[in-house]
Amino acid sequence: MQTIISVSNLSKTYASGFQALKGINLDIRHGEIFALLGPNGAGKTTLISTICGIVNPTEGQILVGGHDIVRDYRAARSMIGLVPQELTTDAFETVWATVSFSRGLFGKPPNPDHIEKVLRDLSLWNKKDNKIITLSGGMKRRLLIAKALSHEPQILFLDEPTAGVDVNLRREMWELVRALRATGVTVILTTHYIEEAEEMADRVGVISKGEIMLVEDKAELMRKLGRKQLTLQLEHALAHIPAGLAAYHLDLSADGCELTYTYDSQGERASMVALLGDLDDAGIAFKDLHTTQSSLEDIFVSLVRDGQ
Amino acid sequence: MNIHAIRAIYAFEMARTRRTLLQSIVSPVLSTSLYFVVFGAAIGSRIPEIGGISYGAFIVPGLVMLSLLTQSISNASFGIYFPKFSGTIYELLSAPVSYVEVVVSYVGAAATKSIILGLIILATAGLFVPLQIVHPFWMLLFLVLTAVTFSLLGFIIGIWADNFEKLQLVPLLIITPLTFLGGSFYSIDMLPPFWQTVTLFNPVVYLISGFRWSFYGIADVSVGLSLAMTTAFLAVSLAVVAWIFKTGYRLKN
Ligand SMILES: Nc1ncnc2c1ncn2[C@@H]1O[C@H](COP(=O)(O)OP(=O)(O)O)[C@@H](O)[C@H]1O
Ligand SMILES: [Mg+2]
Repeated sequence: MQTIISVSNLSKTYASGFQALKGINLDIRHGEIFALLGPNGAGKTTLISTICGIVNPTEGQILVGGHDIVRDYRAARSMIGLVPQELTTDAFETVWATVSFSRGLFGKPPNPDHIEKVLRDLSLWNKKDNKIITLSGGMKRRLLIAKALSHEPQILFLDEPTAGVDVNLRREMWELVRALRATGVTVILTTHYIEEAEEMADRVGVISKGEIMLVEDKAELMRKLGRKQLTLQLEHALAHIPAGLAAYHLDLSADGCELTYTYDSQGERASMVALLGDLDDAGIAFKDLHTTQSSLEDIFVSLVRDGQ
Repeated sequence: MNIHAIRAIYAFEMARTRRTLLQSIVSPVLSTSLYFVVFGAAIGSRIPEIGGISYGAFIVPGLVMLSLLTQSISNASFGIYFPKFSGTIYELLSAPVSYVEVVVSYVGAAATKSIILGLIILATAGLFVPLQIVHPFWMLLFLVLTAVTFSLLGFIIGIWADNFEKLQLVPLLIITPLTFLGGSFYSIDMLPPFWQTVTLFNPVVYLISGFRWSFYGIADVSVGLSLAMTTAFLAVSLAVVAWIFKTGYRLKN
Protein backbone atom coordinates (compact mmCIF):
# COMPACT_ATOMS: atom_id res chain seq x y z
CA MET A 1 0.00 0.00 0.00
CA GLN A 2 1.25 3.42 -0.98
CA THR A 3 1.50 6.05 1.75
CA ILE A 4 -0.13 9.39 0.92
CA ILE A 5 0.36 11.19 4.23
CA SER A 6 3.27 10.57 6.50
CA VAL A 7 3.44 12.22 9.91
CA SER A 8 6.63 11.72 11.86
CA ASN A 9 7.40 12.70 15.39
CA LEU A 10 4.90 15.54 15.31
CA SER A 11 4.47 17.63 18.45
CA LYS A 12 2.42 20.73 18.99
CA THR A 13 2.61 23.02 21.98
CA TYR A 14 0.19 25.94 21.86
CA ALA A 15 1.23 29.44 22.89
CA SER A 16 -0.57 28.82 26.18
CA GLY A 17 2.03 26.16 26.93
CA PHE A 18 -0.46 23.34 26.48
CA GLN A 19 0.95 20.38 24.61
CA ALA A 20 -1.84 19.14 22.34
CA LEU A 21 0.18 16.63 20.30
CA LYS A 22 2.97 14.46 21.65
CA GLY A 23 5.28 12.80 19.15
CA ILE A 24 2.66 11.62 16.68
CA ASN A 25 3.71 9.05 14.08
CA LEU A 26 1.04 8.15 11.55
CA ASP A 27 0.87 6.96 7.97
CA ILE A 28 -2.28 7.28 5.90
CA ARG A 29 -2.57 4.94 2.93
CA HIS A 30 -3.56 6.01 -0.52
CA GLY A 31 -7.26 5.55 -1.19
CA GLU A 32 -8.35 4.44 2.27
CA ILE A 33 -10.96 5.78 4.64
CA PHE A 34 -9.17 6.47 7.88
CA ALA A 35 -11.09 7.28 11.03
CA LEU A 36 -9.35 9.19 13.78
CA LEU A 37 -11.23 8.25 16.88
CA GLY A 38 -10.86 10.06 20.16
CA PRO A 39 -12.74 11.88 22.91
CA ASN A 40 -13.17 15.65 22.94
CA GLY A 41 -9.91 17.43 23.50
CA ALA A 42 -7.79 14.49 22.35
CA GLY A 43 -6.07 16.56 19.67
CA LYS A 44 -7.94 15.44 16.54
CA THR A 45 -8.59 18.94 15.25
CA THR A 46 -5.07 20.03 16.12
CA LEU A 47 -3.61 17.12 14.15
CA ILE A 48 -5.77 17.80 11.11
CA SER A 49 -5.15 21.54 11.27
CA THR A 50 -1.42 20.98 11.40
CA ILE A 51 -1.46 18.73 8.34
CA CYS A 52 -3.55 21.32 6.48
CA GLY A 53 -1.27 24.22 7.37
CA ILE A 54 -3.59 26.07 9.75
CA VAL A 55 -1.54 25.33 12.85
CA ASN A 56 2.24 25.50 12.87
CA PRO A 57 3.93 22.32 14.08
CA THR A 58 6.29 22.75 17.02
CA GLU A 59 8.36 19.72 16.06
CA GLY A 60 8.36 16.93 13.53
CA GLN A 61 7.70 16.50 9.86
CA ILE A 62 4.66 15.96 7.66
CA LEU A 63 4.74 14.78 4.06
CA VAL A 64 1.66 14.92 1.86
CA GLY A 65 2.07 13.05 -1.41
CA GLY A 66 5.79 13.20 -0.70
CA HIS A 67 5.76 17.00 -0.35
CA ASP A 68 6.91 18.60 2.88
CA ILE A 69 4.01 20.73 4.14
CA VAL A 70 6.30 23.59 5.14
CA ARG A 71 8.92 23.70 2.39
CA ASP A 72 6.67 22.58 -0.42
CA TYR A 73 3.36 23.87 0.88
CA ARG A 74 1.86 24.66 -2.50
CA ALA A 75 2.11 21.13 -3.82
CA ALA A 76 1.04 19.64 -0.49
CA ARG A 77 -1.97 21.87 0.08
CA SER A 78 -3.24 21.62 -3.49
CA MET A 79 -3.92 17.95 -2.83
CA ILE A 80 -6.06 18.57 0.23
CA GLY A 81 -9.68 19.54 0.82
CA LEU A 82 -10.67 20.36 4.39
CA VAL A 83 -14.12 20.38 5.94
CA PRO A 84 -13.73 22.04 9.33
CA GLN A 85 -15.50 21.02 12.49
CA GLU A 86 -17.25 24.34 12.99
CA LEU A 87 -19.82 25.64 10.53
CA THR A 88 -17.75 28.63 9.48
CA THR A 89 -19.12 30.19 6.33
CA ASP A 90 -19.58 33.60 4.84
CA ALA A 91 -23.08 35.00 5.00
CA PHE A 92 -23.97 37.20 2.07
CA GLU A 93 -22.28 35.36 -0.76
CA THR A 94 -24.25 32.92 -2.87
CA VAL A 95 -23.63 29.18 -2.76
CA TRP A 96 -22.30 29.26 -6.30
CA ALA A 97 -19.96 32.18 -5.62
CA THR A 98 -18.43 30.71 -2.49
CA VAL A 99 -17.79 27.29 -4.05
CA SER A 100 -16.27 28.89 -7.16
CA PHE A 101 -14.15 31.07 -4.88
CA SER A 102 -12.73 28.01 -3.14
CA ARG A 103 -11.74 26.47 -6.44
CA GLY A 104 -9.86 29.60 -7.47
CA LEU A 105 -8.21 29.90 -4.07
CA PHE A 106 -6.74 26.44 -4.53
CA GLY A 107 -5.26 27.47 -7.84
CA LYS A 108 -7.62 25.78 -10.26
CA PRO A 109 -9.02 27.52 -13.35
CA PRO A 110 -12.79 28.03 -13.35
CA ASN A 111 -14.79 24.92 -14.27
CA PRO A 112 -18.54 25.48 -14.02
CA ASP A 113 -19.25 21.87 -14.98
CA HIS A 114 -17.33 20.54 -12.03
CA ILE A 115 -18.92 23.01 -9.62
CA GLU A 116 -22.32 21.98 -10.93
CA LYS A 117 -21.51 18.32 -10.42
CA VAL A 118 -20.33 18.89 -6.86
CA LEU A 119 -23.43 20.93 -6.01
CA ARG A 120 -25.71 18.29 -7.52
CA ASP A 121 -23.94 15.49 -5.66
CA LEU A 122 -24.53 17.37 -2.42
CA SER A 123 -28.17 18.25 -3.21
CA LEU A 124 -27.33 21.94 -3.26
CA TRP A 125 -27.95 22.61 -6.92
CA ASN A 126 -31.34 24.21 -6.42
CA LYS A 127 -29.79 26.49 -3.79
CA LYS A 128 -26.95 27.68 -5.97
CA ASP A 129 -28.18 31.27 -6.18
CA ASN A 130 -29.24 31.50 -2.55
CA LYS A 131 -27.26 33.46 -0.03
CA ILE A 132 -25.46 31.27 2.47
CA ILE A 133 -27.21 32.95 5.37
CA THR A 134 -30.52 31.44 4.20
CA LEU A 135 -29.27 27.84 4.41
CA SER A 136 -30.06 25.40 7.19
CA GLY A 137 -27.32 23.89 9.33
CA GLY A 138 -27.29 20.65 7.36
CA MET A 139 -27.05 22.54 4.09
CA LYS A 140 -24.20 24.63 5.43
CA ARG A 141 -22.30 21.50 6.31
CA ARG A 142 -22.87 20.16 2.81
CA LEU A 143 -21.76 23.51 1.47
CA LEU A 144 -18.48 23.22 3.37
CA ILE A 145 -18.01 19.81 1.79
CA ALA A 146 -18.76 21.28 -1.64
CA LYS A 147 -16.13 23.97 -1.05
CA ALA A 148 -13.60 21.34 -0.02
CA LEU A 149 -14.34 19.27 -3.15
CA SER A 150 -14.40 22.25 -5.52
CA HIS A 151 -10.74 21.88 -6.45
CA GLU A 152 -10.82 18.11 -6.97
CA PRO A 153 -8.58 17.19 -4.03
CA GLN A 154 -6.99 13.76 -3.72
CA ILE A 155 -7.32 13.88 0.03
CA LEU A 156 -10.39 14.95 1.97
CA PHE A 157 -10.37 15.76 5.68
CA LEU A 158 -13.72 15.68 7.45
CA ASP A 159 -13.50 16.97 11.02
CA GLU A 160 -16.43 15.50 12.94
CA PRO A 161 -18.68 15.51 9.90
CA THR A 162 -21.67 14.04 11.68
CA ALA A 163 -21.52 15.76 15.06
CA GLY A 164 -24.97 17.20 15.71
CA VAL A 165 -26.27 15.95 12.38
CA ASP A 166 -29.57 14.13 12.03
CA VAL A 167 -29.76 10.47 11.05
CA ASN A 168 -30.70 11.06 7.41
CA LEU A 169 -27.90 13.47 6.80
CA ARG A 170 -25.50 11.15 8.54
CA ARG A 171 -26.46 8.33 6.18
CA GLU A 172 -26.07 10.67 3.21
CA MET A 173 -22.67 11.71 4.43
CA TRP A 174 -21.55 8.12 4.74
CA GLU A 175 -22.78 7.37 1.22
CA LEU A 176 -20.90 10.37 -0.07
CA VAL A 177 -17.68 9.31 1.62
CA ARG A 178 -17.94 5.84 0.11
CA ALA A 179 -18.63 7.30 -3.32
CA LEU A 180 -15.55 9.50 -2.96
CA ARG A 181 -13.40 6.58 -1.96
CA ALA A 182 -14.63 4.76 -5.05
CA THR A 183 -13.18 7.57 -7.16
CA GLY A 184 -9.79 7.15 -5.49
CA VAL A 185 -10.01 9.97 -2.94
CA THR A 186 -8.35 9.29 0.40
CA VAL A 187 -10.68 10.28 3.25
CA ILE A 188 -9.62 11.04 6.80
CA LEU A 189 -12.45 11.67 9.20
CA THR A 190 -12.48 12.34 12.90
CA THR A 191 -15.20 11.24 15.20
CA HIS A 192 -15.89 10.44 18.78
CA TYR A 193 -18.58 7.94 17.84
CA ILE A 194 -17.23 4.42 17.80
CA GLU A 195 -20.20 3.38 15.63
CA GLU A 196 -19.18 5.83 12.99
CA ALA A 197 -15.65 4.51 12.82
CA GLU A 198 -17.15 1.04 12.70
CA GLU A 199 -19.51 1.96 9.88
CA MET A 200 -17.11 3.87 7.69
CA ALA A 201 -13.47 3.18 8.14
CA ASP A 202 -10.97 0.83 6.59
CA ARG A 203 -8.56 1.62 9.37
CA VAL A 204 -8.96 3.34 12.68
CA GLY A 205 -6.49 5.37 14.71
CA VAL A 206 -7.26 6.01 18.34
CA ILE A 207 -5.96 9.26 19.78
CA SER A 208 -6.07 10.28 23.40
CA LYS A 209 -4.42 13.20 25.19
CA GLY A 210 -2.32 14.03 22.16
CA GLU A 211 -0.98 10.53 21.63
CA ILE A 212 -1.86 7.89 19.09
CA MET A 213 -2.79 4.88 21.19
CA LEU A 214 -3.10 2.44 18.31
CA VAL A 215 -3.74 2.19 14.60
CA GLU A 216 -5.47 -0.92 13.31
CA ASP A 217 -7.64 -2.39 10.65
CA LYS A 218 -11.21 -1.76 11.60
CA ALA A 219 -12.19 -5.40 11.87
CA GLU A 220 -9.29 -6.14 14.18
CA LEU A 221 -10.01 -3.16 16.37
CA MET A 222 -13.67 -3.90 16.73
CA ARG A 223 -12.85 -7.35 17.93
CA LYS A 224 -10.54 -5.87 20.53
CA LEU A 225 -12.63 -2.96 21.63
CA GLY A 226 -16.23 -3.79 20.97
CA ARG A 227 -16.75 -5.94 24.06
CA LYS A 228 -20.21 -6.70 25.29
CA GLN A 229 -21.31 -8.29 28.52
CA LEU A 230 -24.41 -10.28 29.30
CA THR A 231 -25.32 -10.30 32.96
CA LEU A 232 -27.83 -12.75 34.36
CA GLN A 233 -29.56 -12.37 37.73
CA LEU A 234 -30.06 -15.93 38.95
CA GLU A 235 -33.12 -17.29 40.77
CA HIS A 236 -30.89 -19.33 43.09
CA ALA A 237 -27.33 -18.66 44.11
CA LEU A 238 -24.73 -20.95 42.56
CA ALA A 239 -21.82 -22.33 44.48
CA HIS A 240 -19.72 -22.79 41.34
CA ILE A 241 -20.06 -22.76 37.59
CA PRO A 242 -21.00 -26.19 36.22
CA ALA A 243 -18.19 -27.83 34.26
CA GLY A 244 -20.42 -28.09 31.19
CA LEU A 245 -20.36 -24.30 30.83
CA ALA A 246 -16.58 -23.94 31.05
CA ALA A 247 -16.25 -23.10 27.35
CA TYR A 248 -18.07 -19.80 27.91
CA HIS A 249 -15.54 -18.51 30.47
CA LEU A 250 -18.29 -17.17 32.66
CA ASP A 251 -17.75 -15.09 35.77
CA LEU A 252 -19.70 -15.75 38.92
CA SER A 253 -20.22 -12.98 41.45
CA ALA A 254 -19.07 -13.49 45.04
CA ASP A 255 -22.60 -14.05 46.35
CA GLY A 256 -23.27 -16.51 43.54
CA CYS A 257 -26.33 -14.64 42.29
CA GLU A 258 -24.90 -13.08 39.14
CA LEU A 259 -23.37 -14.68 36.06
CA THR A 260 -21.48 -12.57 33.54
CA TYR A 261 -20.68 -13.58 30.00
CA THR A 262 -18.24 -11.44 28.02
CA TYR A 263 -18.21 -11.57 24.24
CA ASP A 264 -17.28 -9.29 21.38
CA SER A 265 -19.84 -7.51 19.32
CA GLN A 266 -18.89 -9.11 16.03
CA GLY A 267 -21.75 -11.53 15.44
CA GLU A 268 -21.54 -13.74 18.51
CA ARG A 269 -25.26 -13.71 18.93
CA ALA A 270 -25.31 -17.41 18.10
CA SER A 271 -23.14 -18.32 21.06
CA MET A 272 -25.33 -16.22 23.34
CA VAL A 273 -28.34 -18.21 22.25
CA ALA A 274 -26.34 -21.39 22.78
CA LEU A 275 -25.39 -20.23 26.28
CA LEU A 276 -29.00 -19.61 27.23
CA GLY A 277 -29.89 -23.07 25.94
CA ASP A 278 -27.06 -24.68 27.90
CA LEU A 279 -28.08 -22.83 31.07
CA ASP A 280 -31.57 -24.14 30.66
CA ASP A 281 -30.24 -27.66 30.22
CA ALA A 282 -28.14 -27.26 33.37
CA GLY A 283 -31.28 -26.21 35.24
CA ILE A 284 -30.03 -22.73 36.00
CA ALA A 285 -32.94 -20.28 36.00
CA PHE A 286 -32.60 -16.51 35.92
CA LYS A 287 -34.91 -13.65 36.90
CA ASP A 288 -33.46 -10.96 34.78
CA LEU A 289 -30.77 -10.22 32.25
CA HIS A 290 -29.18 -7.23 30.70
CA THR A 291 -26.37 -6.51 28.29
CA THR A 292 -23.83 -3.73 28.47
CA GLN A 293 -21.41 -2.52 25.88
CA SER A 294 -18.10 -1.03 26.80
CA SER A 295 -18.37 2.67 26.10
CA LEU A 296 -15.73 4.57 24.24
CA GLU A 297 -14.69 6.03 27.53
CA ASP A 298 -14.11 2.59 29.03
CA ILE A 299 -12.10 1.75 25.97
CA PHE A 300 -9.90 4.77 26.37
CA VAL A 301 -9.45 4.07 30.02
CA SER A 302 -8.37 0.54 29.25
CA LEU A 303 -6.14 1.65 26.39
CA VAL A 304 -4.41 4.25 28.49
CA ARG A 305 -3.97 1.74 31.33
CA ASP A 306 -2.61 -0.90 28.94
CA GLY A 307 -0.32 1.69 27.43
CA GLN A 308 1.40 2.27 30.74
CA MET B 1 2.33 32.41 -8.68
CA ASN B 2 -1.22 31.31 -7.89
CA ILE B 3 -2.97 33.75 -10.24
CA HIS B 4 -6.32 32.00 -9.82
CA ALA B 5 -6.18 32.60 -6.09
CA ILE B 6 -5.32 36.27 -6.46
CA ARG B 7 -8.16 36.66 -8.90
CA ALA B 8 -10.57 34.78 -6.62
CA ILE B 9 -9.76 36.83 -3.52
CA TYR B 10 -9.76 40.11 -5.41
CA ALA B 11 -13.11 39.31 -7.03
CA PHE B 12 -14.53 38.21 -3.68
CA GLU B 13 -13.49 41.46 -2.03
CA MET B 14 -14.73 43.56 -4.93
CA ALA B 15 -18.09 41.76 -4.76
CA ARG B 16 -18.27 42.75 -1.10
CA THR B 17 -17.44 46.30 -2.16
CA ARG B 18 -20.24 46.32 -4.71
CA ARG B 19 -22.72 45.09 -2.15
CA THR B 20 -21.78 47.87 0.24
CA LEU B 21 -20.87 50.50 -2.32
CA LEU B 22 -23.82 52.74 -1.73
CA GLN B 23 -23.27 53.00 1.99
CA SER B 24 -19.51 53.43 1.50
CA ILE B 25 -20.07 56.28 -0.94
CA VAL B 26 -22.94 58.09 0.71
CA SER B 27 -21.18 58.99 3.92
CA PRO B 28 -17.92 60.43 2.50
CA VAL B 29 -19.74 62.22 -0.30
CA LEU B 30 -22.14 63.73 2.18
CA SER B 31 -19.43 64.84 4.59
CA THR B 32 -17.32 66.24 1.76
CA SER B 33 -20.30 68.24 0.55
CA LEU B 34 -20.83 69.56 4.05
CA TYR B 35 -17.19 70.61 4.28
CA PHE B 36 -17.62 72.56 1.08
CA VAL B 37 -20.78 74.22 2.24
CA VAL B 38 -19.20 75.20 5.56
CA PHE B 39 -15.56 75.86 4.69
CA GLY B 40 -15.84 76.55 1.01
CA ALA B 41 -18.87 78.77 0.87
CA ALA B 42 -19.75 80.04 4.37
CA ILE B 43 -16.35 80.52 6.02
CA GLY B 44 -14.15 80.27 2.95
CA SER B 45 -15.57 83.40 1.42
CA ARG B 46 -14.01 85.36 4.30
CA ILE B 47 -10.66 83.62 4.12
CA PRO B 48 -8.15 85.17 1.75
CA GLU B 49 -6.72 83.15 -1.08
CA ILE B 50 -3.82 80.89 -0.23
CA GLY B 51 -1.03 81.06 -2.79
CA GLY B 52 -3.45 82.45 -5.30
CA ILE B 53 -5.99 79.64 -4.76
CA SER B 54 -9.46 80.24 -3.34
CA TYR B 55 -9.90 78.57 0.04
CA GLY B 56 -12.65 76.30 -1.28
CA ALA B 57 -10.34 74.95 -3.97
CA PHE B 58 -7.37 74.84 -1.61
CA ILE B 59 -9.02 72.27 0.68
CA VAL B 60 -10.03 69.86 -2.11
CA PRO B 61 -6.83 67.77 -2.18
CA GLY B 62 -6.84 67.53 1.62
CA LEU B 63 -10.43 66.38 1.70
CA VAL B 64 -9.82 63.76 -0.95
CA MET B 65 -6.82 62.53 1.04
CA LEU B 66 -8.87 62.47 4.22
CA SER B 67 -11.38 60.10 2.64
CA LEU B 68 -8.68 58.11 0.88
CA LEU B 69 -6.82 57.45 4.12
CA THR B 70 -9.81 56.53 6.22
CA GLN B 71 -11.36 54.42 3.48
CA SER B 72 -8.12 52.57 2.72
CA ILE B 73 -7.63 51.73 6.34
CA SER B 74 -11.18 50.68 7.05
CA ASN B 75 -11.55 48.60 3.87
CA ALA B 76 -8.33 46.73 4.28
CA SER B 77 -8.60 46.23 8.02
CA PHE B 78 -12.14 44.94 7.77
CA GLY B 79 -11.32 42.75 4.77
CA ILE B 80 -8.81 40.67 6.71
CA TYR B 81 -10.28 41.07 10.20
CA PHE B 82 -13.66 39.67 9.28
CA PRO B 83 -12.50 36.21 8.11
CA LYS B 84 -10.47 36.03 11.31
CA PHE B 85 -13.51 36.96 13.34
CA SER B 86 -15.92 34.61 11.55
CA GLY B 87 -13.44 31.74 11.30
CA THR B 88 -13.53 31.52 7.51
CA ILE B 89 -9.82 32.34 7.48
CA TYR B 90 -9.21 28.60 7.87
CA GLU B 91 -9.68 28.31 4.14
CA LEU B 92 -7.13 30.97 3.33
CA LEU B 93 -4.61 29.45 5.72
CA SER B 94 -5.04 25.98 4.25
CA ALA B 95 -4.88 27.16 0.63
CA PRO B 96 -1.79 26.92 -1.56
CA VAL B 97 -1.27 30.69 -1.58
CA SER B 98 1.82 32.61 -0.61
CA TYR B 99 1.78 35.61 1.69
CA VAL B 100 2.64 37.86 -1.21
CA GLU B 101 -0.47 36.65 -3.03
CA VAL B 102 -2.63 37.23 0.04
CA VAL B 103 -1.34 40.76 0.47
CA VAL B 104 -1.56 41.63 -3.22
CA SER B 105 -5.18 40.51 -3.47
CA TYR B 106 -6.52 41.95 -0.20
CA VAL B 107 -4.57 45.20 -0.33
CA GLY B 108 -5.18 45.52 -4.07
CA ALA B 109 -8.93 45.23 -3.59
CA ALA B 110 -8.99 47.67 -0.67
CA ALA B 111 -6.87 50.20 -2.58
CA THR B 112 -9.06 49.85 -5.67
CA LYS B 113 -12.12 50.66 -3.66
CA SER B 114 -10.61 53.68 -1.96
CA ILE B 115 -9.24 55.03 -5.25
CA ILE B 116 -12.71 54.78 -6.78
CA LEU B 117 -14.08 56.62 -3.76
CA GLY B 118 -11.35 59.25 -3.95
CA LEU B 119 -12.24 59.93 -7.56
CA ILE B 120 -15.94 60.15 -6.73
CA ILE B 121 -15.18 62.69 -4.04
CA LEU B 122 -13.02 64.63 -6.42
CA ALA B 123 -15.94 64.72 -8.83
CA THR B 124 -18.23 65.86 -6.02
CA ALA B 125 -15.79 68.64 -5.20
CA GLY B 126 -15.91 69.66 -8.83
CA LEU B 127 -19.58 70.48 -8.33
CA PHE B 128 -18.73 73.08 -5.70
CA VAL B 129 -15.47 74.65 -6.79
CA PRO B 130 -13.68 75.02 -10.10
CA LEU B 131 -11.07 72.25 -10.19
CA GLN B 132 -7.75 72.45 -11.87
CA ILE B 133 -5.20 69.63 -12.02
CA VAL B 134 -1.82 70.84 -13.22
CA HIS B 135 -0.03 67.50 -13.00
CA PRO B 136 -2.64 64.76 -13.58
CA PHE B 137 -0.05 61.99 -13.77
CA TRP B 138 1.41 62.98 -10.40
CA MET B 139 -2.04 63.34 -8.98
CA LEU B 140 -2.81 59.72 -9.89
CA LEU B 141 0.58 58.55 -8.66
CA PHE B 142 0.05 60.12 -5.23
CA LEU B 143 -3.48 58.77 -5.16
CA VAL B 144 -2.37 55.22 -5.88
CA LEU B 145 0.70 55.30 -3.62
CA THR B 146 -1.32 56.65 -0.73
CA ALA B 147 -4.18 54.19 -1.25
CA VAL B 148 -1.76 51.25 -1.34
CA THR B 149 0.27 52.42 1.64
CA PHE B 150 -2.72 53.01 3.86
CA SER B 151 -4.42 49.83 2.71
CA LEU B 152 -1.28 48.04 3.87
CA LEU B 153 -1.54 49.87 7.17
CA GLY B 154 -5.20 48.85 7.39
CA PHE B 155 -4.24 45.26 6.63
CA ILE B 156 -1.74 45.36 9.49
CA ILE B 157 -4.37 46.78 11.85
CA GLY B 158 -6.84 44.10 10.75
CA ILE B 159 -4.35 41.38 11.59
CA TRP B 160 -3.30 42.97 14.85
CA ALA B 161 -6.83 43.71 16.11
CA ASP B 162 -8.48 40.95 18.12
CA ASN B 163 -11.74 42.78 18.71
CA PHE B 164 -13.93 45.33 16.99
CA GLU B 165 -12.95 48.14 19.37
CA LYS B 166 -9.31 47.95 18.37
CA LEU B 167 -10.34 47.79 14.74
CA GLN B 168 -12.13 51.11 15.04
CA LEU B 169 -10.02 52.81 17.67
CA VAL B 170 -6.79 53.08 15.71
CA PRO B 171 -8.26 54.95 12.76
CA LEU B 172 -10.21 57.15 15.14
CA LEU B 173 -7.41 57.92 17.59
CA ILE B 174 -4.45 58.12 15.28
CA ILE B 175 -5.43 58.62 11.69
CA THR B 176 -8.12 61.27 12.08
CA PRO B 177 -5.96 63.67 14.14
CA LEU B 178 -2.99 63.12 11.84
CA THR B 179 -5.09 63.98 8.83
CA PHE B 180 -6.73 67.01 10.37
CA LEU B 181 -3.38 68.28 11.58
CA GLY B 182 -1.75 67.32 8.31
CA GLY B 183 -2.63 70.50 6.47
CA SER B 184 -5.95 69.50 4.93
CA PHE B 185 -7.49 72.84 5.87
CA TYR B 186 -4.50 75.16 6.05
CA SER B 187 -1.05 75.72 4.74
CA ILE B 188 1.75 74.76 7.11
CA ASP B 189 3.29 78.23 7.00
CA MET B 190 0.12 79.61 8.58
CA LEU B 191 1.21 77.89 11.83
CA PRO B 192 3.56 79.36 14.47
CA PRO B 193 7.18 78.24 13.84
CA PHE B 194 7.21 75.71 16.71
CA TRP B 195 4.16 73.92 15.37
CA GLN B 196 5.53 74.00 11.88
CA THR B 197 8.45 71.91 13.13
CA VAL B 198 6.18 69.52 15.00
CA THR B 199 4.04 69.12 11.94
CA LEU B 200 6.98 67.90 9.91
CA PHE B 201 6.88 64.70 11.97
CA ASN B 202 3.38 64.04 10.74
CA PRO B 203 3.62 61.72 7.74
CA VAL B 204 0.29 62.86 6.39
CA VAL B 205 1.69 66.37 5.78
CA TYR B 206 3.86 65.02 2.99
CA LEU B 207 1.01 63.17 1.33
CA ILE B 208 -1.31 66.15 1.34
CA SER B 209 1.40 68.59 0.31
CA GLY B 210 2.47 66.46 -2.63
CA PHE B 211 -1.10 65.78 -3.63
CA ARG B 212 -1.96 69.48 -3.50
CA TRP B 213 1.09 70.29 -5.58
CA SER B 214 -0.19 67.99 -8.33
CA PHE B 215 -3.37 70.10 -8.40
CA TYR B 216 -2.11 73.65 -8.09
CA GLY B 217 1.64 73.54 -8.31
CA ILE B 218 1.98 74.88 -4.75
CA ALA B 219 3.33 72.85 -1.86
CA ASP B 220 4.34 73.12 1.79
CA VAL B 221 7.34 70.88 1.34
CA SER B 222 9.17 70.03 -1.85
CA VAL B 223 7.56 67.46 -4.13
CA GLY B 224 10.68 65.33 -4.12
CA LEU B 225 10.50 65.11 -0.33
CA SER B 226 6.79 64.29 -0.47
CA LEU B 227 7.41 61.48 -2.90
CA ALA B 228 10.38 60.18 -0.93
CA MET B 229 8.39 60.16 2.31
CA THR B 230 5.37 58.51 0.70
CA THR B 231 7.61 55.80 -0.72
CA ALA B 232 9.31 55.42 2.65
CA PHE B 233 5.94 54.80 4.39
CA LEU B 234 5.12 52.26 1.74
CA ALA B 235 8.43 50.51 2.38
CA VAL B 236 7.90 50.51 6.15
CA SER B 237 4.38 49.10 5.79
CA LEU B 238 5.66 46.40 3.44
CA ALA B 239 8.39 45.49 5.89
CA VAL B 240 5.92 45.18 8.75
CA VAL B 241 3.61 42.98 6.65
CA ALA B 242 6.57 40.81 5.66
CA TRP B 243 7.54 40.44 9.31
CA ILE B 244 3.98 39.55 10.31
CA PHE B 245 3.83 36.76 7.79
CA LYS B 246 7.30 35.54 8.49
CA THR B 247 6.44 35.03 12.12
CA GLY B 248 2.83 33.95 11.53
CA TYR B 249 1.94 36.66 14.03
CA ARG B 250 -1.71 36.44 15.16
CA LEU B 251 -2.76 34.39 12.17
CA LYS B 252 -1.65 30.90 13.08
CA ASN B 253 -1.38 29.09 16.36
N1 LIG C 1 -5.50 27.65 20.29
C1 LIG C 1 -5.33 26.85 21.34
N2 LIG C 1 -4.61 27.26 22.39
C2 LIG C 1 -4.43 26.46 23.46
N3 LIG C 1 -4.95 25.22 23.59
C3 LIG C 1 -5.69 24.75 22.57
C4 LIG C 1 -5.92 25.54 21.39
N4 LIG C 1 -6.69 24.82 20.55
C5 LIG C 1 -6.92 23.64 21.17
N5 LIG C 1 -6.33 23.60 22.39
C6 LIG C 1 -6.35 22.48 23.34
O1 LIG C 1 -5.76 21.37 22.72
C7 LIG C 1 -6.45 20.19 23.06
C8 LIG C 1 -6.85 19.46 21.80
O2 LIG C 1 -7.86 20.20 21.13
P1 LIG C 1 -8.49 19.70 19.80
O3 LIG C 1 -7.41 19.38 18.84
O4 LIG C 1 -9.50 20.70 19.37
O5 LIG C 1 -9.21 18.35 20.26
P2 LIG C 1 -10.35 17.49 19.55
O6 LIG C 1 -10.52 18.01 18.16
O7 LIG C 1 -9.83 16.10 19.60
O8 LIG C 1 -11.58 17.66 20.35
C9 LIG C 1 -7.62 20.60 23.92
O9 LIG C 1 -7.28 20.37 25.27
C10 LIG C 1 -7.78 22.07 23.65
O10 LIG C 1 -8.26 22.73 24.78
MG1 LIG D 1 -12.15 18.77 17.24
